Amino acid sequence: MSEANGQQLSDYRRREQSITLSPIEEQIGEGQDDTREEVLTLNFGPHHPATHGVLRLLVTLKGELVQEIKPIVGYVHTGIEKTAEDKSYWKVIPVIERMDYLAYHFNAYAYCGAVETLLEIEVPRRAQYLRVIHLELTRIMSHLVWLGTSALDLGAISMFWYCFREREKILDLFEYSTGARMHTRYLQIGGVVEDVPPGYATKLSGFLDEMPERLAQYGALLNNNEIFLQRLRGTCSLDASTLLSLGVTGPLLRAAGVPWDLRKAEPKCSYEDFSFKVPVGTVGDNYDRYAVRMAEMGESVKIIRQALDGLPEGPHITTDRKVALPPRHELATSMEALIHHFKLVTEGFRVPPGEVYFPVEGPRGEYGCFVRSDGSSKPVRVHMRDPSFVNLQAFTHMARGDYIADMIATLAMLDPILGGIDR
Amino acid sequence: MAMNDGSPGHIDPQGLRVTRQNASQLLRGHELEGRNPGADPEGTDLERFVEERVLTTTLDRAVAWARSNSFFPATFGLACCAIEMMSIVAARVDVARFGYEAFRASPRQADLLILSGRVSIKMAPIVRRIYDQMLEPKWAISMGACCSSMGVFNNYSLVPAEKFMPVDVHVPGCPPRPEALMHGVLKLRKMVQDDPDMGWRDRYDARGTEEVVQAGGRDAAENVPLDGAS
Amino acid sequence: MPDATGLELIAQELREAQGAGPRAASGSPVLDTDFFRGRASLRIEPEHVRSVLESLRGRGYAFMSSLHGVDYHPSEPRLGVQYELLDMARVDRITVKLRVPTSAPEVDSVTPAGEDGPGWPAAEFQEREVYDMFGVVFRGHPDLRRILMPEDYEGYPQRRDFPIGGEPILFTFNESEKEGSPR
Repeated sequence: MSEANGQQLSDYRRREQSITLSPIEEQIGEGQDDTREEVLTLNFGPHHPATHGVLRLLVTLKGELVQEIKPIVGYVHTGIEKTAEDKSYWKVIPVIERMDYLAYHFNAYAYCGAVETLLEIEVPRRAQYLRVIHLELTRIMSHLVWLGTSALDLGAISMFWYCFREREKILDLFEYSTGARMHTRYLQIGGVVEDVPPGYATKLSGFLDEMPERLAQYGALLNNNEIFLQRLRGTCSLDASTLLSLGVTGPLLRAAGVPWDLRKAEPKCSYEDFSFKVPVGTVGDNYDRYAVRMAEMGESVKIIRQALDGLPEGPHITTDRKVALPPRHELATSMEALIHHFKLVTEGFRVPPGEVYFPVEGPRGEYGCFVRSDGSSKPVRVHMRDPSFVNLQAFTHMARGDYIADMIATLAMLDPILGGIDR
Repeated sequence: MAMNDGSPGHIDPQGLRVTRQNASQLLRGHELEGRNPGADPEGTDLERFVEERVLTTTLDRAVAWARSNSFFPATFGLACCAIEMMSIVAARVDVARFGYEAFRASPRQADLLILSGRVSIKMAPIVRRIYDQMLEPKWAISMGACCSSMGVFNNYSLVPAEKFMPVDVHVPGCPPRPEALMHGVLKLRKMVQDDPDMGWRDRYDARGTEEVVQAGGRDAAENVPLDGAS
Repeated sequence: MPDATGLELIAQELREAQGAGPRAASGSPVLDTDFFRGRASLRIEPEHVRSVLESLRGRGYAFMSSLHGVDYHPSEPRLGVQYELLDMARVDRITVKLRVPTSAPEVDSVTPAGEDGPGWPAAEFQEREVYDMFGVVFRGHPDLRRILMPEDYEGYPQRRDFPIGGEPILFTFNESEKEGSPR
């Protein structure tokens, strides 16, 4: 920090030091042409109430109009992909769930799908339906947190408590079926870790009955709210071709009018069995992004209802004992089951060598998990293509030329999750 | 409380049990009862006993009581634990019951730093800067496994919080339930009621790092050691 | 997914577009085709990455889904970069893979627009990530800096020979032995 070792500091470190206040040499406007404007670079530091997580933005402003935004990420980089190389395949699941920490089942699903493709094992139908139930509940939960925090950013503070009230109900459901509220490690390779307990259907059904009414209430609060409309309508829109060239997927792309949803385009995990609509916006401004996500919550409720009603009987995980743990009651009677259990827990299963990329549609867009295996019991490379990371590239294009307050609203509607961006 | 003979300071876990206590009981010093009833305090216990009886005045206790009941947490959500920290603000585990709902965005107005989430090496200097910007007395809760120890990820990019800043309460969990975090905050409240300073300046050998604001001038924010050596 | 024959046809067209016949040994951009688990991938020469991606864009694969790096240590060439392309109209995916050695880890960046095409702006952050984690230098990238690690970090963390690092976990019995520990 001191002058003495100033020479040894790299350029980067010197920039990171405190900004020294220097007196302004000439007063703006005094004796000068009053219409002269300054270009100001503002640092929205990683610790900021309005950035969702530790996102750092260098915003170049002319007056209040945004000229350029440079996002700097990496403040919560955890080296998850490197950690995953060190663990056997099923131990990677808890680690990889923590990437995008609001869509944990989607992270796990992308990874499990990739490994199941490599292993060429079939996931039983009941497991697929259970997966769909949990995935869609996670989607609703993620959108609720988005709605609560975005409304908080825009000033509609009471939405935060309403959304978290519903979120608590969903987390209760997760706790009932999986044992944990967040990061449940419920999705395993080959299926789900255990079947749902008795009474789950009733609880879930009760939640689904009241959810549409709640969504209608939230809509009634916000949809025609004058302040909300003025903040969101017509601000920071971006056309579909720019979004496509930037690699944006998910509700942001759908808000611009492109009806691209992997659940319909490349249905996996029995999504083709369910009938649901894909909400698509028209203009691509912030209000469309908000409306698309609100409608998606309603569609997810429908999907869960259909999955619950049509839940087939069967095993909850693949019966291939080389991949999935045998049920505990077999361990007392069958020697083979014991040996399988032992091998799986100590070493883990071996995956045939190969590389595969498995994309799924999550709340923010396309989660694609790339897994490379070399035949051993640990993956050689696990990479998650995270939608927030790619969507962030569109942020500067969206906010260019708009006011800084619109930039905050756009950041809220962008729904970035820094855990996914930084991994 | 650090001891001069080099052994690590020991805080008796019995004394940190969260119990119902009203202000009058606290002011009269009833919290020592039940810890070791009938036994003569010795060693650290004796020091604490004396400090709590003789050196600590009723006014100090009242101030400690007021401080403990009105933490202003700084909004410092880093990762997954931040979502559970938001849950304690939500209606089910309502932190406003205890008076801690005023989450301040500016660290200069906050006195509790709930470090929620994984601290990467890029973020560690910034966390330290935020902690330095907070005014004293200040406390820190390390929420979750990642900042308390290394958590699920023991690798090149994470730093445990204890390495660069003093932490008063560690809340384990990945992420800890909101109730668990609330329990941690209440434990901190109990610790503050007993001894707001909690001797951390001695523990961390940080005597002489107090920031003294000079009158006027733009260099007011520089750290000035008390003994005048610059 | 183009099926196996479709993949071979694409590879054939790419080879011919480069002016090299099916039996030419050198100058051909496509080194190998692979149809694995129902997914098509092309292994190409690193110099031709921009032209191959542009011709695939012309064939309809206009959306870049993902750009990621792999370390194939110990087999050489060691550092791989993979491009996932998606054709939304026909719901088709194709992967383009290339490998560069650590001695010369340079690949043309596909981010900027050039005379051969409008470029792939989707690749901007992802190429920076591959540079940060593996050390592959993308020539022509508008802003090649580290994105996830601090900018003055030394080393490329995701390479296989980079140690995973970590700290010894502090328990009560060993917390005072650790240097810098407060107790």
